[in-house]
Amino acid sequence: MTVLSQHINETEKKIWSLLETVTDPEVPVLSVIDLGIIRNVTVQQVDENNFKPIITITPTYSGCPAMDVISMNIRMVLLQAGYKEINIKQVLSPAWTTEWMTAEGKDKLKAYGIAPPQYKQAVCTPDAFQQEEAIQCPQCNSWHTILISQFGSTACKALYRCEDCKEPFDYFKCH
Amino acid sequence: MNASLINYTLHLADNALIIGHRNSEWCGHGPILEQDIAISNIALDGIGQARNFYQYAALLSGNGATEDSLAYLRDVVDYKNLLITELPNGDWAQTILRQFLFSTYQYYFYQQLEKSTDRQLAAIAEKSLKEVTYHVRWSSEWVIRLGDGTEESHTRLSNAVTEIWNYTAELFIPASYEKELITTGIAVDLSVIQPLWQQKVSDVFTEATIAIPEKSFAQQGGKGGIHTEHLGYILAEMQFLQRAYPGAEW
Repeated sequence: MTVLSQHINETEKKIWSLLETVTDPEVPVLSVIDLGIIRNVTVQQVDENNFKPIITITPTYSGCPAMDVISMNIRMVLLQAGYKEINIKQVLSPAWTTEWMTAEGKDKLKAYGIAPPQYKQAVCTPDAFQQEEAIQCPQCNSWHTILISQFGSTACKALYRCEDCKEPFDYFKCH
Repeated sequence: MNASLINYTLHLADNALIIGHRNSEWCGHGPILEQDIAISNIALDGIGQARNFYQYAALLSGNGATEDSLAYLRDVVDYKNLLITELPNGDWAQTILRQFLFSTYQYYFYQQLEKSTDRQLAAIAEKSLKEVTYHVRWSSEWVIRLGDGTEESHTRLSNAVTEIWNYTAELFIPASYEKELITTGIAVDLSVIQPLWQQKVSDVFTEATIAIPEKSFAQQGGKGGIHTEHLGYILAEMQFLQRAYPGAEW
């Protein structure tokens, strides 16, 4: 391995660990990596001592207002770490899916009180009154829950209620 | 060729923005909290999809165009949205029906656009389709609930059908810029999605015990910039800030 490619390798690793610290402003327990929206990180050499990170991100939902904030926060973190030139690109295809969420991310969501996306992906179909997914209550672990609305406090969530502990809760829906 | 692609992309952007704006008028006024949140979420999806199309149209246009200049600084005659998207919200039944007819159209439309030879349009379609699927499900459920509900809700939905049906033929009439792009595999061939749309609408109407009108008149013009009187009011409200304070930002 040449010195340059070693440098680039290390810089890429550094950037991934910096990205761990950037969180979703709506769900602050999740990092952008947990969320699965970082599609690629590469590094370009600008001059002898400077490297330019190129980060490719993909939005969760088209209208998610957190996306602009997230890309600004990524830029801020990288600027603070001393990178001067930063390129943040957005791609739409392949479209983001909750399957890209890390297992760690799912655990963090549950601990935060949000039911994580099902491990077995069960996405919405256009058919009316389809069978609901069985979602576990993040508070009392009961499976005895019902859907209140497919739409919740943010685009990525649905609203459920637990029939045992009677608490309403958010479900980060499969997408 | 490029001019047609810009017009077509703007048509798709305008559809999404105008229905998104209309739905956003429900924010804080929905019949119950959960449905207020639902329609506001659907509004947001529409505006998000519009942004993706406008960003692409701005890139194609060059000349310093931005997603904001395209949304906020074009006038009624430049807007290319389908007339159905600009119709007033009316009562809940009218909003629901408009959403169902339009979302079902968008659903089949995006399924085809996903295969477009234009990669960016295909990517936006792929992304949007996942969101529209929720809209179709939600609005179908409401059409059935209202149509097969009480006498009052059935009457209101039937009135909505009378009010809106004449605006559905336009969904399947290609504009001149569109025809050119269909031959190159960029635009969606509307004759392919028409039977799919008719079948779905007919199935849901049957379940809702609502009849499809036998006679109708095709209100059209939106795709070519000829609009109902309603669009001017929408733009007046939506564009006021940028017109009065050019370049203002949050």
